[in-house]
Amino acid sequence: MADIRNYTLNFGPQHPSAHGVLRMVLELDGEVVQRADPHIGLLHRATEKLAEHKTFLQAMPYMDRLDYVSMMCNEHAYVMATERLLGIEVPVRAQYIRVMFDEITRILNHLLWLGAHGLDIGAMTMFLYTFREREDLMDIYEAVSGARLHAAYYRPGGVYRDLPDSMPLYEASKMKVHNAQQVAAMNDNRHGSMLDFIEDFTNRFPACVDEYETLLTDNRIWKQRTVGIGVVTPERAMAMGLTGPMLRGSGVAWDLRKKQPYEVYDRVDFDIPVGVNGDCYDRYLVRMEEMRQANRIIKQCVAWLRKNPGPVITDNHKVAPPSRVGMKQNMEELIHHFKLFTEGMHVPEGEVYAAVEHPKGEFGIYLVSDGANKPYRMKIRAPGFSHMSAMDEMARGHMIADVVALMGTFDIVFGEIDR
Amino acid sequence: MKLENLKQNLQSLLGEKLVRISEHAGQLTAEIRPGNWLEAARILHDAPALRFEQLTDLCGMDLSAYGDGRWKGARFCVVTHLLSVSNNQRVRLKVFPADDDFPMVDSVSGIWSGANWFEREAFDLYGVIFNGHPDLRRILSDYGFIGHPFRKDFPLSGNVEMRYDPEQRRVIYQPVTVEPRELTPRIVREEGYGG
Repeated sequence: MADIRNYTLNFGPQHPSAHGVLRMVLELDGEVVQRADPHIGLLHRATEKLAEHKTFLQAMPYMDRLDYVSMMCNEHAYVMATERLLGIEVPVRAQYIRVMFDEITRILNHLLWLGAHGLDIGAMTMFLYTFREREDLMDIYEAVSGARLHAAYYRPGGVYRDLPDSMPLYEASKMKVHNAQQVAAMNDNRHGSMLDFIEDFTNRFPACVDEYETLLTDNRIWKQRTVGIGVVTPERAMAMGLTGPMLRGSGVAWDLRKKQPYEVYDRVDFDIPVGVNGDCYDRYLVRMEEMRQANRIIKQCVAWLRKNPGPVITDNHKVAPPSRVGMKQNMEELIHHFKLFTEGMHVPEGEVYAAVEHPKGEFGIYLVSDGANKPYRMKIRAPGFSHMSAMDEMARGHMIADVVALMGTFDIVFGEIDR
Repeated sequence: MKLENLKQNLQSLLGEKLVRISEHAGQLTAEIRPGNWLEAARILHDAPALRFEQLTDLCGMDLSAYGDGRWKGARFCVVTHLLSVSNNQRVRLKVFPADDDFPMVDSVSGIWSGANWFEREAFDLYGVIFNGHPDLRRILSDYGFIGHPFRKDFPLSGNVEMRYDPEQRRVIYQPVTVEPRELTPRIVREEGYGG
């Protein structure tokens, strides 16, 4: 009989399924994990400290760089915290735009999660399918903010600008990759306004989710890799600080959009899916249903936004800049503009915690101001950080290959865990 | 109304362990005596009227530069955010470790296991010691890092930088060569400034 010894295995930080830069020290008994010790911080950029040295407005684009697959949701938590400290009202149209983009972001995030989770545990094709839909959503991001990833679109007091009336069109390439007919077909749904394009997407999208489900939901290999893996009871899920789909997968019907509604979530109609067994498969089902529900919310927002034009940012010029025309013609507005972009806004002394239902869980910003033009302390409560800390407990007794399935189910992005 | 209820419950259940309780922007902040931190945490977790099952966040804070020196109390603060899923309520707790040179509070990772990493982070970034923590190691900063980077007296550009040294043929640390600069100065304006 061979002598069996415990092994210590170094996993990552260059492992393809480490989702960036995770180093994990695994203590193994044969192939069974005895202890998992994640070493994080390889992407630590001290965002919180940087924010203490920037004005409130300058600190905002850092939010995109936290969880870089759900950019606008991060921004949302930050602007909400600032607004609560300032005590300002956001125009209703801006609230609807925010809710719509939060849900677009949720689909973006879940599509990347699905693609990467599939790729990690052997379903290669998913990645290609999900990136097809992500492309359209990225175009929406680009059309509204000018950037495909780091949007910096939300502002304290509203959003940077109203939705554009047209979508950018594809042009024929010099390389002759597509002929004129193909280019015309690609531009087919881009001739209307941005809302038309989004509506077209929401009509197409449920069929796409059906496609993904055809590939995975009853797939024998998929179920073998996910059913019964990483089971968490509701009590443990709460004690470990799991939030979002990780908590709902265990059967706790907790969603900030329903329980502590912010913006206009109490005016839109949607359901909260919950799991039963608390394993990777249930969390997969929860996220799939969340995509359908997000699609439903987007539809309602599009319908409302079509009917209700109006301002998209507050007219308090101590917080939001005046219009370009106003600035050129009016002395007072010129001064406001100058003060806002040099010294920045002053936020009254106080502290506030604002949380949003981020695609990954509860994303919160704890903001402390001492009355200066810069935050005194900003703490980012990243859902991934808590999820990662649960790795040790969840991985114990599983095989090495299941650690990869667990990382997929955590929906890990190191931008937010390391901050 | 709900907030008022929670406030009364906290006052009656925590009693002497509470220093003060305040409300701002619709959120409650309770300051707990450092010596009673662990007992208070247990009550917050167990009492049916409170039932804070989840520790949302725990972080350190360095108040030494607050309001440009207006702050007179203890230098460090540990801020905890709790969430009760069953009662749908939140509370923020503050503990001020008494000794500024050796800040120490009890660890609550035995009550909420999710606190484990948050406490490691507060230790790493602020140097707050959590008494009774099972594994108090640095978490975000580099292996062998010196100092606590989020303290207000730690420079933004750090103290050391890393480069490849062709002579020694290895990566070395050297004092930073970055000039610290501040583009927008930090200003606290008086009350009612600019109308």
